[in-house]
Amino acid sequence: MSEMTVLTEELKLIVFQLVDKEYAIPVNQVRSIEKLQYITRVPKTPPYVKGVINLRGVVTPIIDLRSKFDLTPAEPSDGTRVIIAGLQDKEVGLIVDAANDVLDVSRDSIEPPPEVVGVVEAEYIGGVVKQDRRLLILLQLDKILQSL
Amino acid sequence: MEMSQYLEVFIEESKENLQTCNEQLLELEKNPQNLSIVNEIFRAAHTLKGMSATMGYEDLANLTHKMENVLDGIRNEKIHVSPEILDVVFKSVDDLEEMVLSISNGGDGKKDVTEVVTMLQAIENGETIPSSQTMAVQETAASAVEDNASSIHYEAYEQTVIEQSFEQGMQCYELAVSLREDCLLKAARVYMVFEVLEKIGEVIKSDPTVDRLEEEQFDQSFIVTIVTNDSPLDLEKKVMKVSEVQKVEVREITHENFQSQNSVDTKAEEEQNPESKTVNPSVNEEKSIKDSNSSKESPKSSTSNKTIRVNIERLDILMNLFEELVIDRGRLEQISKDLDDPELNETVERMTRISGDLQTIILNMRMVPVETVFNRFPRMVRQLARDLNKKINIEIIGAETELDRTVIDEIGDPLVHLIRNAIDHGIEKPDIRIKNGKPEEGTVKLKAYHSGNHVFIELEDDGAGINTQRVLEKAIQKGIVSEETAVTLTDRQIYELILASGFSTAEQISDISGRGVGLDVVKATIESLGGSITIDSTEGQGSLFSIQLPLTLSIISVMLIEIGKEKYAIPLSSIIETAIVKKDEIMNAHNQRVIDFRGKVVPLVFLEDVFDVPKEKIEDEEFYSTVIVRKGEKMAGLVVDSFIGQQEIVLKSLGNYLTEVFAISGATILGDGQVALIVDCNALIK
Repeated sequence: MSEMTVLTEELKLIVFQLVDKEYAIPVNQVRSIEKLQYITRVPKTPPYVKGVINLRGVVTPIIDLRSKFDLTPAEPSDGTRVIIAGLQDKEVGLIVDAANDVLDVSRDSIEPPPEVVGVVEAEYIGGVVKQDRRLLILLQLDKILQSL
Repeated sequence: MEMSQYLEVFIEESKENLQTCNEQLLELEKNPQNLSIVNEIFRAAHTLKGMSATMGYEDLANLTHKMENVLDGIRNEKIHVSPEILDVVFKSVDDLEEMVLSISNGGDGKKDVTEVVTMLQAIENGETIPSSQTMAVQETAASAVEDNASSIHYEAYEQTVIEQSFEQGMQCYELAVSLREDCLLKAARVYMVFEVLEKIGEVIKSDPTVDRLEEEQFDQSFIVTIVTNDSPLDLEKKVMKVSEVQKVEVREITHENFQSQNSVDTKAEEEQNPESKTVNPSVNEEKSIKDSNSSKESPKSSTSNKTIRVNIERLDILMNLFEELVIDRGRLEQISKDLDDPELNETVERMTRISGDLQTIILNMRMVPVETVFNRFPRMVRQLARDLNKKINIEIIGAETELDRTVIDEIGDPLVHLIRNAIDHGIEKPDIRIKNGKPEEGTVKLKAYHSGNHVFIELEDDGAGINTQRVLEKAIQKGIVSEETAVTLTDRQIYELILASGFSTAEQISDISGRGVGLDVVKATIESLGGSITIDSTEGQGSLFSIQLPLTLSIISVMLIEIGKEKYAIPLSSIIETAIVKKDEIMNAHNQRVIDFRGKVVPLVFLEDVFDVPKEKIEDEEFYSTVIVRKGEKMAGLVVDSFIGQQEIVLKSLGNYLTEVFAISGATILGDGQVALIVDCNALIK
């Protein structure tokens, strides 16, 4: 019975773009979406930690997902957004190329990640969603937020 | 009556009263002959009893009452103070504390206290000297049965007031006031009667109590006891002037009938056996309501200094709001600097000054004397000393030193650990002390004082000190240090090993300490408060634990500096001074660039290298801007590009994702909205 409800349950996803692929995280893990603002560099941190920003009085660390996933770095453009995402007491901003969409998908449309070896981002992928002709890569925030 | 609104006050005051009991009991132990101390305890216990009965915590009231009886015996020199008796009294105070704690945690304050009660009663009965007339005078009414309804029963306190008034040549009367049967607003009439009476004398007591009278919980008549200079006839006339008063009967209480009444009470009491005493509580409870009321009216109730209790949460909110204000103030300052408009400058400057004052006040409001933490230690030390069969004296210096409330809340437990440690491991047993030529009684000295932006708390004992050899052996055995590094450690570093987790040198695990948890927790707590702990020790002579704590946690003064395009903040508390160093003054020693600073060799730390600041290297600079910082005795010169200036900033954490960033202790938001990082100088000095 409970399985049934889970299967038919809808999941709301925030869809964003990195290079040429579309990624998604559940909307309940997203606190807000911001434009890129001045980032204060924090020394002696991994290269993908761009620094911290002042998010309405709260000092929030910023992670560059391109760098985290070993993708080619790019200069920020007008479309560049910071997705403020949080899990429990951790809150970070993720730099993405563009925040595209909010989508409803049913849980049963989520498929396990394809087993490709050698891609850095593989360990952060929780599954893929095929919707219409789009392929969304579902990210696991807890993996991304794992301590430095 | 709705009690919940008073609950908080009740809990606070009960804690205070119990604390007074504790402190005074300790005093009493030192000066068993000093009866004024007993009075002090008695008063605290009495208030507690009254309040708890009013609030409906019968168990609390009962136990306090039993304790009061014993105290009363001591006061009247029927019971002699001995450590055994005090133990029992201490135990009952413990139980009381537990009950109050249970109430404050939302419990019902009930507890099985039969054991203590039996002990108290044994003391009370076992040592009671048969009453004589003289003693009966002083005898309190606390445990007496309520005799016939016509005559009011007086509590010890009220008796004293009455007796004193006799001495001053005043009269004491009992007025039986009857209202007309058709009286509609009885409470109003009562109020008017009291108003009349209070003009001509001192109302000592009323039966029923004032509260009940105000709630019209009486029939037609009530009795008021008053001390006055007026004649009985005047009294009667004046009260009769209040409309709807039907009859006033004035009965004089003379010295003689007052005494005889009391002696009747005492005799009645002495005839009682323990069983009937345990039945008393309901009666006592009622009575204590009375005295809590009557003491409100009493002229002797201590003059309250004008304070109000504010929930700490509100202060926290105030503080948070103020922090926001400080950030905006910084921003305003920036704007006015950019615009350079004289009028704007003036206004902003004024605002800065006012908000500065405001800040001082808010911070001061949150300051609490460390006394609130320290005052529970004498009690603890006494108990530990007895448990361990050691003789220990605790000396407290500087208990009035003030610290931020948040620090106070956190510092208690670490100090408990340290004191337990000092008593258990530090101070030796009396026989060993004597053998080593030390006084039999060990001393633990707890000292607090301000120094600059910090508060120091020191714990010194004259015990065995730390045996470095044993510490090392243990540390190697537990794998805390390797044998190779062990050889290189200085004494101080070895002492600090005892703060490492999983370390315990006590040969036998005792209840008090020695489980190897504790001291590492101490270190962690203190460091989380932005403080530090150092240990000094001389084997055979004692140890000194010194804790350094920041005065406040949230707003600090910093020096803003610039490296490349990045701004950093250096806490003013660790800065000694700034200096411009000429390039040719820099020397090289062991691959380390150093300068000669006032005769001391100070190593230079180039922050642009430490923080990998992206900037174009300018070679051959003539001068270096240097901030001289210190950590304890050690110093270092931080080389920066330029100084921006001093500023008050609000300390913010980097969040839970970025934990433990090297040499960065936090961040702050500057006037322009940017984040600046705060340099942790302690990490830069080795």
